[in-house]
Amino acid sequence: MSIVVGYIPTPEGEAAFERAIAEASKAAAKLVVVNSSRGDAVVDQRFAQEEQIAALQSRLDAAEVEHVLLQPLRGHDAAEEVLDAAESHGAELIVIGLRKRSPVGKLIMGSTAQRILLEARCPVLAVKAG
Amino acid sequence: MDTLNLLMQGFATAATPMNLLYAFLGVLLGTAVGVLPGIGPAMAVALLLPLTYGLEPTSAFIMFAGIYYGGMYGGSTTSILLNTPGESATVITAIEGHRMAKAGRAAQALATAAIGSFVAGTIGTALLVAFAPPVVDFAVSLGPSSYLAIMVLAFIAVTAILGSSKLRGFASLGLGLAIGLVGIDPVTGQQRLVFGQPLLADGLDVIVVAVAIFAVGEALWIAAHLRRNPLSTIPVGRPWMGKQDWKRSWKPWLRGTAYGFPFGALPAGGAEVPTFLSYVTEKRLSKHKEEFGHGAIEGVAGPEAANNASAAGTLTPMLALGLPTNATAAVMLAAFTQYGIQPGPLLFDNEPDLVWALIASLFIGNTLLLLINLPLAPLWAKLLQIPRPYLYAGILFFATLGAYAVNLQAFDLAILLVLGLLGFAMRRFGLPILPLVIGLILGPRAEGQLRKALQLSGGDVAGLWSEPIAIGVYIAVAALLALPLVLALVRRRRPQAAAALAAAEGPTAAAAAVAEEPATDRAAARDRAAATDQAAAPDQAAAPDRAAAPAPEERQPHHKDSHSHEKESL
Repeated sequence: MSIVVGYIPTPEGEAAFERAIAEASKAAAKLVVVNSSRGDAVVDQRFAQEEQIAALQSRLDAAEVEHVLLQPLRGHDAAEEVLDAAESHGAELIVIGLRKRSPVGKLIMGSTAQRILLEARCPVLAVKAG
Repeated sequence: MDTLNLLMQGFATAATPMNLLYAFLGVLLGTAVGVLPGIGPAMAVALLLPLTYGLEPTSAFIMFAGIYYGGMYGGSTTSILLNTPGESATVITAIEGHRMAKAGRAAQALATAAIGSFVAGTIGTALLVAFAPPVVDFAVSLGPSSYLAIMVLAFIAVTAILGSSKLRGFASLGLGLAIGLVGIDPVTGQQRLVFGQPLLADGLDVIVVAVAIFAVGEALWIAAHLRRNPLSTIPVGRPWMGKQDWKRSWKPWLRGTAYGFPFGALPAGGAEVPTFLSYVTEKRLSKHKEEFGHGAIEGVAGPEAANNASAAGTLTPMLALGLPTNATAAVMLAAFTQYGIQPGPLLFDNEPDLVWALIASLFIGNTLLLLINLPLAPLWAKLLQIPRPYLYAGILFFATLGAYAVNLQAFDLAILLVLGLLGFAMRRFGLPILPLVIGLILGPRAEGQLRKALQLSGGDVAGLWSEPIAIGVYIAVAALLALPLVLALVRRRRPQAAAALAAAEGPTAAAAAVAEEPATDRAAARDRAAATDQAAAPDQAAAPDRAAAPAPEERQPHHKDSHSHEKESL
């Protein structure tokens, strides 16, 4: 029994993370935090750095939920990594952050959230920022 | 005021709309390649060279000069925002610059770097205008044996001083010289290293070799190390400086320029030594010593000015003597040859329009760089988010296109691949690229001077030291080679000697203390193995000029890990 949350250091990601902690402690479930990058650029602002990871860790410890922090770097995109983690941990819930996108932006870049929503085998909770 | 007239004519040529456009293109490209680690101005110039055959040489060189100066600006942005120097010359900038950025003063760090680069670049170019003509007058009086001696000095300097390991440096130089030998001997018509392959008889095209070593080698290396933990840049607004920052910056700018230009102009060249010296000096002279190590603005202003001034300095021997001391200058020298222009002291006489337009474009380029870098620095940092596969696919495309376009021979593509593998192997085994490029480009010219000297003396070896200048230069070479050995010997005899000596002398000791710190800082910051004998480097660094040269060699162990190619950024 576990909950998977996709985390990136943005307001949406923070909102999802907060909510996931709440869900996990309510259900006494294991929380799997996924923060991935394709790892092929020099800079990826969505990849949490050491200090950020330490901050997450301490928040998770403070909330006293059982947790795993994953930072896969396999060249897969974020949706794939979240779905993969959900599959392998037998997740019963996925929590993601949702942001407003323009139709053109979605057309060009695709939408990680949309892929997770459509392809997940368990319920997905989409949280908005603020 | 003949020089001034010529310079004004140069401005007239460089300021035509078309040439301004090429200057703008050059500085944009230069900044971009400067920002990206692993890609440098030398690679950019080599890649673009075959594509510019259709252009006027003047326009092409104006663009190349823009790329050259732009690379220096771009490197500092990466150093400050990411702590990953885009260029070896900006390694020192990263120390204080990144600390400043972490302390929320990234905007000021970027501003002092950009304005300092502008000030130093402009003063440096003015010094180039002042010094190049006298150097040319002097150079015309030199005979082949003196030339040979100066080239030997350049070989030894780039190999023995700038690298992390002398053995690797000489191996790389040897490879470059060997590649330069391929083809028909210009004097006797004998075939050398041709292996019965008629297509090799003309020699290997310098551009194909440069593109292979820089672009293909780097692309293969990146492909082998594609996935790395990505970093994140520190967000900044528009760079600006307060009154206090100006007050603390202007003196380091001027001092950095004073260090940078002479070091760039010496055949021993390189921007690493003067940036290091500038850092040490600023740390000693600063009224805010306690801020060093936590982001002192002087520690960014001085080294940044030094590296840009040395960029200008490097052009002095390049234009006046045909003697390149860094990779970009070497490739530009090859470009002269490609355009059928004879580099050397006669360049100023034969191609005054080209040379003075080039120099004038340096002033223009510098101003353009300040204009595009000051407001746009955060935007440039976004370039780092481009996934490497896209970037290197583009580079490989241009590399292949360029290598084929040189002679329209499929055979050149095979050479491109083989030498690309060599470039990969050199990165894998930590061989520096610079000696190879210098050996490749300067080797045949040095050979020409050697043959000429021997012909003049009727085959008598004594003809090689028939001129007083040649003797002087050979003594300098011998001193350069012997110095590290002597120092090592002294140190071994008296293990505590270095420390005791430093303690005995006041100013030297101060320098020792300051200089030790940046090295260890960096080691900690970049997770490097600590250099073994730090204490010895600084007291050489405190002495001016040549005695200082071994200092970077002592710091170089940091560069030797798997990231080393990023620092070398050609």
